[in-house]
Amino acid sequence: MELLGLYHYWVFAVLLMIGFYAVVAKVNLVKKLIGVSLFQSAVFLLYITMSKVTGGTAPILQDGMVDPVFSNPLPQVLILTAIVVGISTTALGLGIVVRIKEEYGTIEEHEIQATDRR
Amino acid sequence: MTVLFGIFLLTLLVITAVAIVRTRNLFVAVMLLGIFSLLIAINFFVLDAADVALTEAAVGAGISTVLFLGALALTTERERLGTQYRWLSLIIVTSATLVVLYATFDKPRFGDPEAPVHQHVAPWYLEKTPEYIDVPNVVTAVLASFRGYDTLGEVFVVFTAGIGVMFLLSAHGSGAGRREQEASGIGLREHLIPRVVGRLLVPFILLFGLYVQFHGDFGPGGGFQAGALIAAAFILYALIEGEDRTLAALPQSGLNALMVCGALLYGGVGLAGIVLGSNFLDYSVLAADPVAGQHLGIILIEAGVGMTVTGVLLSIFHAFAARDRA
Repeated sequence: MELLGLYHYWVFAVLLMIGFYAVVAKVNLVKKLIGVSLFQSAVFLLYITMSKVTGGTAPILQDGMVDPVFSNPLPQVLILTAIVVGISTTALGLGIVVRIKEEYGTIEEHEIQATDRR
Repeated sequence: MTVLFGIFLLTLLVITAVAIVRTRNLFVAVMLLGIFSLLIAINFFVLDAADVALTEAAVGAGISTVLFLGALALTTERERLGTQYRWLSLIIVTSATLVVLYATFDKPRFGDPEAPVHQHVAPWYLEKTPEYIDVPNVVTAVLASFRGYDTLGEVFVVFTAGIGVMFLLSAHGSGAGRREQEASGIGLREHLIPRVVGRLLVPFILLFGLYVQFHGDFGPGGGFQAGALIAAAFILYALIEGEDRTLAALPQSGLNALMVCGALLYGGVGLAGIVLGSNFLDYSVLAADPVAGQHLGIILIEAGVGMTVTGVLLSIFHAFAARDRA
């Protein structure tokens, strides 16, 4: 259990930074948005990891449960809404990328900057 | 066994993420992103978060993939220029990773019931839900009632994002217009297998979406998940039968009405609380019995959430699908 817990946090750290790498190092704007999605998913994983209680179950009350242990509902609520907000904001980002493609003819950052300098 | 399974899933996640960033083919990256969402949804389920897993599976693996593909169709499928400042980025990212990894050793032990996150309001929610709200699913109780303000805010963020996408993509760009009607009406109609299977699936997805909507107080579910599922059913129909028939079944004016009415319904229930002499979003005064009032309030605002999410996600999809190839 100890190892699994640390492993969760390590995977969170690695996923976070893989997403970050895509945002800073990739030139393609769609790829950057994919990086943002990965970064976002890593944060979700961190929250849900923290909500877990050993021996617990999903926080749904049922009759006849003897001395139930529930995982923490609060981080789950926060992440549940964050996922839907995340897809809406990603869609907004994609909309901006589509408009950039139409105006500049490219979605590679270098070429957009080159056009702007002209 | 669970430990091994958890480690297996998490390792798959990291492998998928690396593959997503490494591939130069954006189509492949988007498909892998769908797999990544499915894997992380399974992970959430293993971690007791059934509601979150349902949402992530419907939104991440379903709708987000379709939206990214829509954007790819309008832009490009290949990254032409790969990476800038590769070594500098790698150094920065590696050192940041090490800092975060170092911080993980200070985190509370995994699953520790004494961890600070389980101390503050969470036990109160678990203890008081049967008394004040009396719905079995504590996640729904917290989402819709105890933390109704947060959810109202989230609904309006979703609403605003939907309006933003429609403004961005419905404007006529330079030389780019709306796609011709006949070109957009084709879909997968000539392909027999997707058509037959898809048509069989659509009504059941809709039915499941409605079940998730109205059963959300008792089991995993609620407006956010149901909205995503219903939107996914319509998107599947649009992929098979083409845009036109979907818009004929549920026109854009209907979607606009859904978006607006959902948000207004949520806010209206909040105001009804004030009118009836209590605080904003206090449902206890909606009925003679406070607990019955809570039930009524939760059903109404969950319906509002479901309407807004369905309307926004479908409007976004149609906005992408109707855009001409520039």
